[in-house]
Amino acid sequence: MLVDRSFINMLTLLIILLPIIAGILTLISGERMAKQIALAGALAVFAVAVYIWLQFDPSSGTQFSFRYNWLSNGSILFAGGIDGISLLLVLLTTFLTPLIILSAFSHTYKQNHVFYALILFMESALLGVFTATDAFLFYLFFEAALIPIYFLAAVWGGDHRLKVTIKFFIYTIFGSLFMLVALIYLYYQTPGQHSSEITALYGLDLSAKSQGFVFWAFFIAFAIKMPLFPFHTWQPDTYTESPTPATMLLSGIMLKMGVYGLIRLLLPITPEGLSTWGIYAIILSVIGIIYGSIIAIQQSDMKRLIAYSSFAHVGLMAAGVFSLSANGLQGAMIQMLAHGINVVGLFFVIDIIYARTKTRYLEQLGGISQAAPHLSVYFMVLLLGSVALPLTNGFIGEFLLLSSVFQFNGWIGAVAGITIILGSVYMLRLFQKAMFGPKSKWVEGFQDLTLNERAVLLPLVVMVFWIGIYPNTFLKITEPAVNQLLTLVK
Amino acid sequence: MYPIILLSVLGVVTLFLGFSKSKNVLLPSVLVFLIIAVAGNFIEWNQGPLSYFYDMLRVDNLTLSFSGIVLVSAFMIVAISGGFRDNAESEPAEYYALMLFSLVGAIMMISFSHLIMLFIGVEILSVAMYVLTGSNKRNLRSNEAALKYFLMGAFATGFMLFGMALIYGATGSFSLLKIQSFVTITNVAAPSYLLYAGLLLLLVGMLFKVSAAPFHFWTPDVYEGAPTIFTAFMSTIVKTAGFAAIYRLLDGSFAGAYEFWWILLAAIAALTLIVGNVGAAGQSSFKRMMAYSGISHAGYLLIAVTAISAPSQTAIVFYSIAYSLATICAFAVLILVSNENTINGQPGEHYDAFNGLAKKNPLLAFVMTVSMLSLAGIPLTAGFWGKFMVFSSAADRGIIWITVIAVLMSTVGIYYYFRVIMASYLKEGQLAEIRVAPFFKAVIVVATFLTLLFGLAPSLLEGLI
Repeated sequence: MLVDRSFINMLTLLIILLPIIAGILTLISGERMAKQIALAGALAVFAVAVYIWLQFDPSSGTQFSFRYNWLSNGSILFAGGIDGISLLLVLLTTFLTPLIILSAFSHTYKQNHVFYALILFMESALLGVFTATDAFLFYLFFEAALIPIYFLAAVWGGDHRLKVTIKFFIYTIFGSLFMLVALIYLYYQTPGQHSSEITALYGLDLSAKSQGFVFWAFFIAFAIKMPLFPFHTWQPDTYTESPTPATMLLSGIMLKMGVYGLIRLLLPITPEGLSTWGIYAIILSVIGIIYGSIIAIQQSDMKRLIAYSSFAHVGLMAAGVFSLSANGLQGAMIQMLAHGINVVGLFFVIDIIYARTKTRYLEQLGGISQAAPHLSVYFMVLLLGSVALPLTNGFIGEFLLLSSVFQFNGWIGAVAGITIILGSVYMLRLFQKAMFGPKSKWVEGFQDLTLNERAVLLPLVVMVFWIGIYPNTFLKITEPAVNQLLTLVK
Repeated sequence: MYPIILLSVLGVVTLFLGFSKSKNVLLPSVLVFLIIAVAGNFIEWNQGPLSYFYDMLRVDNLTLSFSGIVLVSAFMIVAISGGFRDNAESEPAEYYALMLFSLVGAIMMISFSHLIMLFIGVEILSVAMYVLTGSNKRNLRSNEAALKYFLMGAFATGFMLFGMALIYGATGSFSLLKIQSFVTITNVAAPSYLLYAGLLLLLVGMLFKVSAAPFHFWTPDVYEGAPTIFTAFMSTIVKTAGFAAIYRLLDGSFAGAYEFWWILLAAIAALTLIVGNVGAAGQSSFKRMMAYSGISHAGYLLIAVTAISAPSQTAIVFYSIAYSLATICAFAVLILVSNENTINGQPGEHYDAFNGLAKKNPLLAFVMTVSMLSLAGIPLTAGFWGKFMVFSSAADRGIIWITVIAVLMSTVGIYYYFRVIMASYLKEGQLAEIRVAPFFKAVIVVATFLTLLFGLAPSLLEGLI
C-alpha cells in the first residue's frame, strides 16, 4: 500500500495531539454533550492507533518519527517515534481509554465536561510517554501525566481523598525528580554537542560507580510509579479513594509507565548497574509479589483487594524485566497488555456492584450470580484471566515471566511461583464471597448488566481470549524490538 | 542607561502629580512612565557592551534582560495596586514615586561595573523599600516590619561597605575590571587574604538582600508585615536585582577565585533551600509561606550562581522571569481574597481564606493553581524550565550533590504549594464572587498565559538571551 510518507511520519504527533484537541472540544462543549464528544474523540484516537498498527513494520525499528527542537540550542528535542515496544502500549492506551470513558457513562459526575477532558489530557500524556524518543521529553510527559490524574482523584474521589492524593502526588514526583537529576547528569556525559535523545544515552560509556547511581535513581522513579515494594504505600489508598475511571487509568495504563521506563531507559543505559544491583531489584520485586498477594487475601474491600493484586502482578513484571532475558521482556510486554485489560475489567465489575449495592465489602455481599448471570460470566472470565488460567491472557505472560525468573535463579523463581497459588486464592475467594452463597440483603433487587456496561465488558472479554489463544499477534509486534534491546544491553 | 535617567525624572514628576485634584490621573501616568522606561531600556538591545560614566556602569544584553524583568514586574505590580483607593490614609503619589526611585536603584545594581555604583544602587533600592514596608502607618505589624528591615538592612549594608573597603585595600580599585585583573594575575601569585575577607563581607551584605540563609531572619516578618503589594515588589524586584548584582560581581571580578568561594556559596545555597522549604512547610499563613518560599527560590538561584557556567546566565534570567510571573499572580490573588475574607478587620491571609475559591471564582482559582504549579516546578509551566536550567547549570559544572538536595527540597515544596490548590478546589468555603477590576484581570490573565506559554515553548525566551 502506498501512502505518502510525510503523512505517515505525522502519525505519532497526531496521536499525541488528538486527545488534547478532543479534550479541549469536550471542555468547551459544556456539560450536556461532554461524554459523547469525549467518547468520539477517544475512539478517533483508537482508530489512528489501529491505522498505525496496520502501517507498522515490526522489523524496521523506530518508525513514524518526528523531531523538532524544543530548546533553541537543540538540547531538548520534541521528538517521538514508535517501535514495537511503544506500539503495544499505544494500542493498550488507546484501546482502554474509550472503554474507561464509556464505563463512566452511568455515573453523573459534577462538572462532567472537566472530568472527561482530564481523562483525554491524561491519555495524551500517557501516549507521549510511550512514544517520546527524547529522554527529557519522556520525563516531561511522565510528570505531566500526574496533573490530570491528581485532579481526577482529588476532586471526584472518596472521603479521604485530600490526604491520599497529596501523598500520591508527592511520592511519585519525589521519585521522578531523581530520574530528572540522572537524566541531566547523563546529558552532560554525552560527547561533543550534548544530546538527550534516548538512543544517544544508550551509547554512553559510564563508570561502574556512576552506573550504580543512575541505576538507583531510575529504579526509585519507576519503582514508585509501578509501584514496587517498599514504595507501594501510596497505591492501595489512592486506588481505593479515586473514582473508578481514575483507578482504571492508574492501574490499567499509568502503572505501565513504570515498566516501560525500566525497559526503555534503565536496562539499556545502565546494563552494568543492572548486573551489579539487579539481584536486589528482583528480590524487592518478588517480596512485593508475595507480600501483595498475602495482603490481598486478607482484604474485605473489593477495590483494595484488586489494588493489592495489581501490586503483586506488577512485581512479577518487574522481576521478569530485571532478569534481562528475551522471555522476561516478552512476558512483561504481553503481561502489561493482559494486566491492563483484566484490571480495568475487574475494577469496572466492582464499580457496577458498588453502584447497585452501595457496598464494596465482601462480608456484606453474596448471591449476586443468581440475580445477574451475565455479570457473573464476564466477571469469571476476567478473573480467570487474572489468575492466569491457560487459554486466557494472563497465562502467557505469567508463564514467560516465571520461566525467566526461574532461569535467573531457581530459588527466587520458586518463591515467585507461589504467586500462582496465592493469586487463585484471593481471586476465587473474591468471586465466591461476592457472587455465590446466600443472597445478602444488600443484593436485593440487583439488576443485570445494561447495554452500556456490556459494551464495555465485551471488548475486554474478547481480548482476554484473543491474547490467551493467539498471543502471537502481539508477541510478534514486540519481538524484534525486544531482541534489539537485548543485543544492545549485552 | 536610559531608564535610570527617565525614572529619576519621572519619579519627581509623579510626586508633583500627587498635587493634582483628580485621583484618576496618577495610576495611568505611572503606567505610561513605566512603559516609557521599558522602551528606553530596550533601545540599547544588541548594541553590544556599552559603558557609561567613566565605566562605572556597563550595559549589555544580560543586564538589559534583568532590567526588563524588573521594569515589567514593576509595571504589573503597579497595575494591580489599583491606585491604593481602598485606604483613605494612603499617599499613592509618594508610594509610586518611591517605587520608581527604587527601580533606579535596582537598575544600577544590575548594571554596575564599579563597586561604588553597586553600593549606591543597593542603598537607593533599600531606603525606598524601608519606607514602603512601613507605609501602612497605623498598623503595628507594618511598623515593626519597617523597623526590623531597616535595622537589619543597615547592619548588612555596613558589612558590605566594610567588604568593599577591604577589597579596595587589596586591589587599589573599585572597578570590576581592575579587580578582575588583580584576581587573575596578582592574586594567583600571592593569594591576598585581605581580598578574600573583603569578598566574604561583601557577599554577606548581598546575600542578606536576597534573603539567603543564614541571613534570612528578617524575611518572614518583613514580608508578612508589609502591605501585600509591597511584599510582591520586594519578593520579585529586590530579589531579581540582588541576584543580577551577585552574578555580575562574581562573574565580572571573581571568576578567577572560583576555587575559593564556590563551596561557600554551594553550602549557603543548600542551607537556604533547606531553611526555606522546611520553614514554608510549617506555616499556616499563606503570606508567610510565600516569604519562606521566596527564601527557597533564592536557594535555587544561588545554585545557578554557584555553577557560574555558560548555562547559568540563561538559567538565572529564565528563573527570575518564571518566579516573578508566578509570584506576582499569587500575591495578586492573595490581595483579592484577603480583602474579601477579613478577620477582625485585618485581611485574612491564612490558607483557610482560600477555601472554596474555585466555586464562585474559577478564574482566580485557576490563576492561583498555575502560579503554584510554576513555583513548585511542575512540567508544562515556566517554573519547570527554570528549575531544569538551574539543575543543568549545576550538572554542567559537575556539582551533582547540590541538585540532589534541591530535588529533595522541591518535593517538600509541592506539599505547601498544593495546600492552596487543595483549599481552593477541594475544600468547602463561603467565598462570595469577588469583583475584579478589568485591568487587574488582564494583568493576571496575561501573566498566567505567559507562564503556560513559556512552559510549553521555552525557546521563545531562552533563545533571546
